[in-house]
Amino acid sequence: MEVYVDVKNLSFYRGNRAIYDNVTLQIPKGKITAVMGPSGVGKTTLLRLIGGQVEPDSGTLTVDGVDIAAASRKELFEARRKMGMLFQSGALFSDMSVFENVALPLQEYTAFDKEMIRDIVLMKLQSVGLRGAAELMPSELSGGMARRAALARAIALDPDLVMFDEPFAGQDPISKGVLVELIQRLNRAANITSVLVSHDVEESLSIADHVCLLSGGTVILSGTPDEVRSSTDERVVQFLQGHADGPVAFHYPAQEYREQLLERK
Amino acid sequence: MKDKKAGILVGLFMLLGVLAFVYLALQVSGLAFSNQAEGYEVEAYFDDIGGLTDRSKVTVAGVTVGHVQAIEYDTEYYMAKVTMSIYPDVNNIPTDSSVAILTSGLIGEKYLGISIGAEEEVLQDGDQIYDTQSALVLENLIGQFLMNAGGGE
Amino acid sequence: MAVFKYLFASIYGFVDSIGQSGIFLFQSLFRLPVRYKEALRLYIRQVYSVGVLSLIIIVVSGAFIGMVLALQGYTILTRYGSEAAVGQLLALTLLRELGPVVTGLLFAGRAGSALTAEIGLMKATEQLSSYEMMGIDPLRRVIAPRLLAGITCMPILALIFSAVGVWAGMMVSVHWLGVYEGSFWSSMQQSVYFDTDVMNGIIKSFVFAVAVVWIAVYQGYVCQPTSEGIGRATTRTVVLGSLAILGLDFLLTAAMFGDF
Repeated sequence: MEVYVDVKNLSFYRGNRAIYDNVTLQIPKGKITAVMGPSGVGKTTLLRLIGGQVEPDSGTLTVDGVDIAAASRKELFEARRKMGMLFQSGALFSDMSVFENVALPLQEYTAFDKEMIRDIVLMKLQSVGLRGAAELMPSELSGGMARRAALARAIALDPDLVMFDEPFAGQDPISKGVLVELIQRLNRAANITSVLVSHDVEESLSIADHVCLLSGGTVILSGTPDEVRSSTDERVVQFLQGHADGPVAFHYPAQEYREQLLERK
Repeated sequence: MKDKKAGILVGLFMLLGVLAFVYLALQVSGLAFSNQAEGYEVEAYFDDIGGLTDRSKVTVAGVTVGHVQAIEYDTEYYMAKVTMSIYPDVNNIPTDSSVAILTSGLIGEKYLGISIGAEEEVLQDGDQIYDTQSALVLENLIGQFLMNAGGGE
Repeated sequence: MAVFKYLFASIYGFVDSIGQSGIFLFQSLFRLPVRYKEALRLYIRQVYSVGVLSLIIIVVSGAFIGMVLALQGYTILTRYGSEAAVGQLLALTLLRELGPVVTGLLFAGRAGSALTAEIGLMKATEQLSSYEMMGIDPLRRVIAPRLLAGITCMPILALIFSAVGVWAGMMVSVHWLGVYEGSFWSSMQQSVYFDTDVMNGIIKSFVFAVAVVWIAVYQGYVCQPTSEGIGRATTRTVVLGSLAILGLDFLLTAAMFGDF
């Protein structure tokens, strides 16, 4: 297994709270890796760490052999060109049409002329099924369409790595199906390394080749979807089945119930 | 299409700004470019300038022919040294002309008025006008008036 | 003891935020565009939304303030029989003070708050992150055109404000109150100097522009990316922007017209 993103002993703190505590994980090249875990566990932070938008407090993170935290500004921008990121909200630029959104990275980084860029943009939009929506503004798109348009923009420069931040959150079943299909097709057709951050168990397990489960700032399980399904770890079972109480307690830490009720001032 | 419309409106906006600037410069501040040419400098000493300031106008026969450039206190003569700049086209002021500090209206601003002399020679850059008349200071006038009134009794 | 600690912390925070925003301003202004044609297009778009769209409020306010000044000035000056000086009063007040200051305050309310909200919203919807992840510097792409457009638009707006104000004041005093037009203009032209009055007014509005636009884009850039956060940042832009204008106006007036 060839490793594309290599995270070693990484710790990251927000204030005093450890988001990651000595995490080690690998993302294999050319595969779809799903990073899953309950909300607030810092899944999005992992993507920001990979993109170099935040720096780890300790440990190393290399992407395709480049140490992101130690990279200079120039090297970092260089590395980012090989990454595409699909943000949770789509993050289409609201003052540009869908066409201009997809064309922007091409205009910034290639010397292609207008005609060439137009052709590429139309091809990318065709691949996500939005060629007809090229002239619409982002505010005129539905949530699912916005994410597809954003995906077209993320793959405009044919990146080696595409990161998906909660691609299925808040989508209707049809849109979810479309996105699952697109992610799979993209991975198979161009052999792109994909990292998928999600808490939608079914969709994620159905397309992932490799799964990392995060909880409480550490990796609790790393393996194939089948290994995840057959795991007997209480924490994994609670997450997959959605039990209200378990290792992740239903009650927020508090003083003893009886004691507080009887307390009189 | 949208950009084109914005471009035209932005152009109009900038043009409007330039027009406002020209209006303020010409109509409001009365800036006339021909008069802005560097004039020649003439000096005069006064006992009391009584409120004359930089940029006060200099007139001949009531017509503005220049402005006060600088006012200094001359420590040697214990007098005020006023440097005025006179338009280059007003180049025939005789050397024996006199200059007085006048007031426009009762409480108006102070300005310099040059009375033409009879000499053949004319003032050059850096020359001095020797015949000067200081400002009328209201307090002094009242003082004099009271003295005279007292003396008459 | 706690008081000192609090005091120290707030002074530290204040100095820190000034430093942070200074670096921010510097980085935004001195990162040269890669593609000049594109940069010009972005700039023109911003001039449109910051300048052209503020034009109506500026023209209307300028006209009314000019008319009110003429009326007020006339009532007082006519007691001394010197109503012709209304021209002087009008032009000097507008050029030296009201033009730059009122334009600045209106600009902070109209364009400054819009800038903060827009940038805050771009942050909340991850558009700024998205630029970063594309390897496009958001300071260069998003912030710089807005800063430059704001800084160039405000002096233009202030000029338009003063010109409209003088014109409207002239209409009221000459055509309504019956001040003789010749003496109206001559009293104005005699007392207004191009370099001390017109130019100083422009310098003032330029300084105010830098302050207001800087505050506006910085507040948008560092706001909490939530709806309350954007709301708070917008309020802060208007409050801080207005206070900055009034404070700077005092300093500039003292430096320009005060004789020490």
